[in-house]
Order: sequence, then C-alpha cells, then structure tokens
Amino acid sequence: MANKSLASRKQNVIAIFVVVGFIYLVRLFYLQIIDDSYELSANNNVLRHIIQYPARGLIYDRNGKLLVYNEAVYDLMVLPHQVRDIDTLEFCRLLEITPEGFRQRLIKARNYSLYKPSLFEKQLSKETYGYLEEKMYRFRGFFVQSRTLRKYPSPIGAHLFGYVGEVNQTIIDKNPYYKSGDYIGISGIEKTYEEVLRGKKGKKIKMVDVHNREVGSFQDGIYDTVAEMGKDLYLTIDADLQEYGERLMQGKMGSIVAIEPATGEILTFLSSPAYDPNLLVGRVRGKNFGSLVKDPVKPLLNRALMGQYPPGSTFKMVNDLIGLKEGVLTTSTLYSCQGPGSSPIRCTHNHQSPLNVYTAIQQSCNPFHWLVYRSILNNPRHKGTRENYVIWRDYVMQMGFGHKLGADTDSELPGNLPPAETYDAIYGKGRWSAMTIRSLSIGQGEILVTPLQLANYGALLANRGHYIVPHVVKQIGDIPTGENRFKKVTGEISPASYEIIVEGMRQVATLGTARWFQIKDITMCGKTGTAENPHGKDHSLFMAFAPADNPVIAIAVVVENAGFGSTWALPIASLMIEKYINGEVSRKQIEEDMMNKRLF
Amino acid sequence: MSERNNIFNEIDWKLVVLYLLLVLMGWINIYAAVYNEDHRSIIDLSQSYGRQMIWIITSLFLGLVVLLTDARFFSTFAYLIYGFVIVLLLAVLAFGTEISGSKSWFQIGSFAIQPAEFGKFATNLALARFFSGQQLNIKSFRTRFIPLLIIGLPALLIQLQNDTGSALVYSAFLLVLYRMGLSGNFLLAGVMFVVLALSTLMVGYLYVIPVLVVLAGLLLFFIRRNRRNIINLLALLMLGIGFIYSVDYVVDNFLGAHQKTRIHVLLGKELDLKGAGYNVNQSKIAIGSGGFGGKGFLNGTQTKYNFVPEQSTDFIFCTVGEEWGFIGSTVVIVLFILLLSRIVMVAERQRSDFGKIYGYGVASILFFHFAVNIGMTIGLMPVIGIPLPFFSYGGSSLWSFTILLFIFIKQDIRRNAIL
Repeated sequence: MANKSLASRKQNVIAIFVVVGFIYLVRLFYLQIIDDSYELSANNNVLRHIIQYPARGLIYDRNGKLLVYNEAVYDLMVLPHQVRDIDTLEFCRLLEITPEGFRQRLIKARNYSLYKPSLFEKQLSKETYGYLEEKMYRFRGFFVQSRTLRKYPSPIGAHLFGYVGEVNQTIIDKNPYYKSGDYIGISGIEKTYEEVLRGKKGKKIKMVDVHNREVGSFQDGIYDTVAEMGKDLYLTIDADLQEYGERLMQGKMGSIVAIEPATGEILTFLSSPAYDPNLLVGRVRGKNFGSLVKDPVKPLLNRALMGQYPPGSTFKMVNDLIGLKEGVLTTSTLYSCQGPGSSPIRCTHNHQSPLNVYTAIQQSCNPFHWLVYRSILNNPRHKGTRENYVIWRDYVMQMGFGHKLGADTDSELPGNLPPAETYDAIYGKGRWSAMTIRSLSIGQGEILVTPLQLANYGALLANRGHYIVPHVVKQIGDIPTGENRFKKVTGEISPASYEIIVEGMRQVATLGTARWFQIKDITMCGKTGTAENPHGKDHSLFMAFAPADNPVIAIAVVVENAGFGSTWALPIASLMIEKYINGEVSRKQIEEDMMNKRLF
Repeated sequence: MSERNNIFNEIDWKLVVLYLLLVLMGWINIYAAVYNEDHRSIIDLSQSYGRQMIWIITSLFLGLVVLLTDARFFSTFAYLIYGFVIVLLLAVLAFGTEISGSKSWFQIGSFAIQPAEFGKFATNLALARFFSGQQLNIKSFRTRFIPLLIIGLPALLIQLQNDTGSALVYSAFLLVLYRMGLSGNFLLAGVMFVVLALSTLMVGYLYVIPVLVVLAGLLLFFIRRNRRNIINLLALLMLGIGFIYSVDYVVDNFLGAHQKTRIHVLLGKELDLKGAGYNVNQSKIAIGSGGFGGKGFLNGTQTKYNFVPEQSTDFIFCTVGEEWGFIGSTVVIVLFILLLSRIVMVAERQRSDFGKIYGYGVASILFFHFAVNIGMTIGLMPVIGIPLPFFSYGGSSLWSFTILLFIFIKQDIRRNAIL
C-alpha cells in the first residue's frame, strides 16, 4: 500500500539519521578535543587511589583506663606500571634491601597487578619514612600509605587481647571486605570483636603530577570516602587486678580467672606464662612469634580457655548439691571416715568421724563424697546406674561444666564430661557401676574443666544457683551492651541447697583447709583442689568467692605442677580477693613469697 | 541453479560487511572493557569476552539459518511468531527471574534469556504483515487502530516487567508509521511534546503554561482568524496545558525515585555524582579523556579502575571513546549511519510491501538503540539501559538484532522472485 508520493519520505528518514549522527559527532568533538578537563582528570598517570585505613577501635578497662591504642606507621606501596627510570641502587640503600630483593618484590607486585598498588615494604621506620619523603619525586611509581599498629601501654592482657595480623588468601576469598595487605584480628577479642573494632575503610583519589608528587584531590574529592574509625571497646577487666595477677603468676604456669558474680563480668583473665603483647606487633612479630612458639612453657597457649585440668576437690560440692537435690543427702546425713585406711578412696586429712556435709566440705573428706556420689548413682528412684549417671551428668552440665560457656572470647574449649556412651564403650553396656567410675566423686578421672569454667562455678555458688554467661566486653562504642547480651542460666537445684554448701565453704576458710590464709574483715568461701596429674606433679587449684554474704568476686586459680591447692593457688587467690576488695594488700610477706617463687 | 548459489549472488554484501564490522569491533571493545590480566586470552570462556565469542558464533549460525529459510516463511507466520512472543512475555511476567530490578529474564542454568529482545522483530514482522496484507483504507479507524495495538501490546507487557528502557524502544515504530503515511505533523507534535515535557520538568509548569498561552495569542495574529482555526488553536492550547499538568503529575506520582533522579540529573537540576549521575559523569570522563587518537588498545585507565559501571553492556561506547578517541568514535558513528541508511535504501528497492515495511522497522529499531545508547554515554540522553546493537555484551540482544537484520537481508535476496 506504499503510496508513490510517500517515497520521498525516504530522504527525510535518512536526514534524521544523519542529523543525529552529526549532533553526536559535534558533541564528541567537544568532549574529546575541545574540553580537556576530562582528559586531565583521567590521565593515565594522574590518579592514585589511596585506601584510607581506619584506626582500630581503642580498648579500655572497666574503669576507663586505656589498655590498647594505635600508633601510625608507613607502608611503602608500588604501582608497577608507573615504575621507570629509578636509581635502584640508591633506592635499595635507603630501604636497606639488596638489589635482588628489590627485583623480587617488583616481580611479585607485577604478578599481582600492573595497575593496582601492591605493598613493597611494610612499616617503614620514622627515619626511613622522613628521608624517603624528601626524595619521593625521584622514585616514580612508589608512594607511602599510612597505617596504624597496636600499641599497649602496659604489657598485660596478651591472651585476652590476642593479636592483629595481615589477612591471608583464605580470608580474602571468604570475605570480600578484605583486600591483600589488610589487617584482621587473629585471636582474642581482636578476633571476636573484629567487625566492631576494624571500622570502615575509606578511599582517597589523589592527582599526581609527572614528578610523582600529589597535587590535590581528584575533582575536589567528590569520590573520596572517609574512613570510619573502629568502635572503642570498654572491657569488664580491672586493669589493676589483671596486672597484679600477672605479677603474682610470674614464673608459674597456670591461670587466674575472676568474675563479678552478679553480672558475669570477667575481672581478670590471665594465662601464665604471659608475654608482652607489644612483641606481636609490626615488623618484629614474625621473629618473636617464632621464638614464642618454640618456648617449651608454651606462652602462646591461652590456659584460661584452653587449659583443661581435673577439678580435684573443688568439684566435691557438685556431688553434694546433686545429692541434696536427689534426696540422698541431707544435713543430718552422717558418714564415717577411716582416714588413710578408708576404702575404696583414702582420706587425706585427719578429722572427726562420722561427719556431716559441712564438715566434709570443710575437711575435704574423700570417703564422705565417695559415699554421697555412690548413693546418687545407686539411687533406687531411677532405673540403674546408667540412668542415674545420665541425670547426674545433666545437673553437672547445668553448672557450666562439659560444654563451652559461650563467652565472648576466642577459642574456648569445652572441658570434658563423658556421656554415658563413653563408659558403655570402655566397659561395655551395663558393665559399669559407681565403683567403676568412682574417681568422679572427687573430681578426678575423665572429668576436665577450664579455669574459666571453674571461676564460673565460683560465681554460680556465689549467686546460690545461677550464673550469667561470663564475658569480657562491657560496652561497645557508646552503647552499653552487658546485661541483655549475655544470658542468665539457672539450674534446677534450689538456692536453699546452695546455702548449705556455701556454709561448708565458709568453714573451709575459717576452720578448714584455707584457714591459714584468712583475709582481715572479709569472709571468703572457697575450696582447694589438688588435682592428680598423670604427666607430673599435682596441679594446685583454688576456687572461691567473697564476701560470703554479698559476693563481689568469684575466682579460680590454677598453678600447674605445683602441689597442694593450699600452698599455691589458695594464697594467690586470697591476695587477689584482698587486692580487689580492699584496693591494697596488707599481707606483704605472703605477697612477696608468691611473687618471687618461680616454678620453672 | 540451486537456491544456495542464489543466496550468495544476490545477498546485499554491504549490509553483511557492515554487520560483521560492528560485531567484531564490539567484541574487541568488550575484551578491553573487562580485560582481566589473569585471563589474557580473548577466547577464555570464563570471561565476558570469551562468552561473547560464543554469542557471535551462534548469531552467525542463526543468521545462516534465517538465510536458508524460505523468505515467505516469515511473512506467512508473522502473526504466529508475534503471538508466541506475546505468550513468552506473559510467561516471563509470571515465572521470570528478577535481574537488577527488571523481572524480564528466564534463568536457564547460568544463562539468562530476555524475551523482550525478541519482541522487537516479532512486532516488526506483525506490523509489516498487517500493512502488506490487503488493500488498506488509510483513513479507516481499523487501519489506524490495529497498528497501535500491535505495537502497544508488547510495549505494555515489557513496561509491566519494569523494563522501561526496552518498552520505550517501541516508540521507534513511529518512524515506520511516518513512512506509511502518518502525517509528519505527528512527528512534529512528538518533538513538541518532548520539548514541553522537558521544559516543564526544568522550570515547572507555572512558567511553561503562561508562555504557552502567550505563544498561542501571538499565533492568533498570524493565522486566518476564522472560526475553525480559532477552535483548533484553542483545542491545541488546552491539550498542551493538560499535557503539562499530566507530566508534572506523572513524574511526581508514578515514576520511581531512581527514574526521577535520572531525569533530574540529565536536566542538570541535580548533581548527584555518587548516584545516578555517577555513570554519566564517569562515562563522560572516560570518553572525554580519549582525546583525538585515544589512549590505545587496553590502555584505558577508567576501564582498569572500573570507574564506569556496566562497561561491557550499556556503556560499551565509553571504551571506544577512551581507547580509540575521536577517530574511533567517528568510525563507529559513521558505520552506524551507513548501516541505517543502507537499510532504508535497500528497503525502498523492495517490491513487496512486507519487505519494505519490515526494512523500515529494522532501521527504526536500530536507530532508536543507537541514538539513545550513545546519547546517554555522552550526556545527551537520560540513562536508559538499552544495549548498543551488535556492540554490547549479551547473547539475547545479539541474537535478536542478528535475526532482525537477517530476516530483512533474506527478504531482499528474494525481491527479484516477486513479479
């Protein structure tokens, strides 16, 4: 139906095409040839993308004392495609590297990318940086980027803080936030609070002239993003107490964990031997890390979370509590003790017989607790040893043993509390009885606990039946977190049962195994433990809280291979309690003894 | 003589060569745009440029299939093909996958297919079939209404997929209607409305309406003041004022926030360099920095730092501008104008109305894509995400443009068979 007269419209259509094409060419002529602002802003050598690394958040103790801050350092970066005409020898001399090292670094950077900046030499000293800055114009393709490193005003809390290191390829592949050369928290709270502490990276685009000098921001900085500093952390740790504890533990292997029972806030968290956290920062880290790894006393091991010890006698109250709950033990129950002649477990103390639960705790009587334990496992209310064991284990788990507590610390271990299946596997189903696993009655055998669990157990007793999941961070940035973030765990055993046990523990400190280390005006409730250790001398343990009626501190002290609980762990714990409650220690002689004695 | 010999004797080689040049230049520029130093080979299938090679090879194969198909197939089955694509467009609304805001894709494994791309040649086929079908009375309502329906239906369905760019492409058929006898006044009116719309958006209707009234008053002095002219003028004025109000209303109430910002940025009312204006500004920097001769192949710094987003698809022209400069940009634009003009000229020599109308449809669609796509990279058009034909990365668009063009080439081969 094409009308002949319409055929002339062909020209009009082609004219439209040509006119639009022409307009575009004029516009392109203007953009590409007349207006050179675009060319300037995108010139090959003009732009330099500099990542703005935020400073990590600072870390303070519970009283606002600064524990971790940052120090500026300078990384030398290279853009391989811009490197040319460099006096390599002078450059190497400045950096104190060999020409071969120079060549290798450049090849490595080129292999990463010709156009993206690579790290050439990290953490220049201030002198090198100052000298290099002057001569930078002679080294095309190189520039300096500022970074921050951790710094610790006092050398405490190494295991608590953990350390910061460069990201590896696995992390980069997993999380797109991280780029080669970024830092990340590797352990401790630097790791658990990484996302809070790291802040947000920013970007600056600088224009650089032909002499490798920065001449200003690209397009007045409209593409720049500001780095946001990481949020500060306010810890629950009491820095003075922490430091005092580290001094007491000098030369000893072990751990101290102290908790505020009402809140679950960890006051002291230390593992010994410790090391100065400043050793694992910056250029010296590699070397120091190597020597710490090789050290036979394992200073890198965080014993507070990863040391697993038999609880020994500190565990006896667990059995008493379960006995009270299950109705197989009352305050009028009496058992007799034949002292060292007792069977199957001997008693290690001389005391009256028969005795009740208070005296049994006070004197740490082994036969009494064996008999309580046997009556729990042979309880006729349930069917057989195995079922009784399962019930017993449930109660123990409710007290925070045999599982991770869920603290906001890194690498917590669960301890060990074997399920019935384990004994089925060892002895055969139905072929084990209370007698077979009697060691559990006095905290020996398969059971293992961490110092954190032991301290938490102290808090549980102090609170008469509940604990708040222990934690080290009180507040992130300006927002208080504490109470809601960590849950309250309440077991099935009544506070009344706990009062009976607490009375026994009070007598430990006044009449029993701890009476030599009473603190003036402070009633401490505690229990010693001497944990047999197949690998060497017994571990010395003490678990306590104070004051008895309004507890403000619960504490666990473990000193490895040191012997009796009452000779090492007890005095250290009592000094810690005195220091925390009174602010200073009056028993100077004991303090001096503990600080100066070295066990390795 | 076998038909195959016929094909290669009678094929319009100019069209084929222009097509091949554009496709190859596109491939090279995609390579430069997403160049990855770890995968330097242009045929590395893990990269966009390697996959584009697959798209090119399959497109050539599709083109060959079209050439070997009987030309009458397309006119005979035009409505069927059109109907099939409409069904696909409905299906994608119901079962499609949403990619970057538009629910217009079928996801099959790692490949995604966009039915809207195939709507173009299907609509073109149906339109050509309608106009060539029988003696049409150009004045009848039916003749005027049905083409609008053929064009409007797919456009509406695509708009419902939230793919405004692809829907706008259908307005290109206005050019076909113009060639078919639509009054040139409609094109003028279209331009007028665009001017009105833009000025309303820029300065607000409070200024535009008085100006319009004054202009109408002035016009009254120059025309014969008979009753009919005055009524027509008043009617036009009312229409204009109504249009201005509705532009304002639609922009405020119906457009999404991102479309609004894009319009504002284009009009210079807003300088949003980190949002919608970012693409355009970066694209202008990339093109502008190319200078006269360009920075050379693979030397585009804007590319290296990924300044320009979607550089292999909608913003592929940036790579041309940056690496090949004014010379390269000119070559691409001239090639497109040559292709478009050649299509129009070949269309005019068709003996069948079907071939002629189809040819104009091809030219219109390619022209719209060309004008909008390059226009947006140099800041003359709003950012509407539609590909540059034969250039942009993407299988669906390359396939559909190839089929679109090769159906036309096939019609042309057969023109002498029609007496």
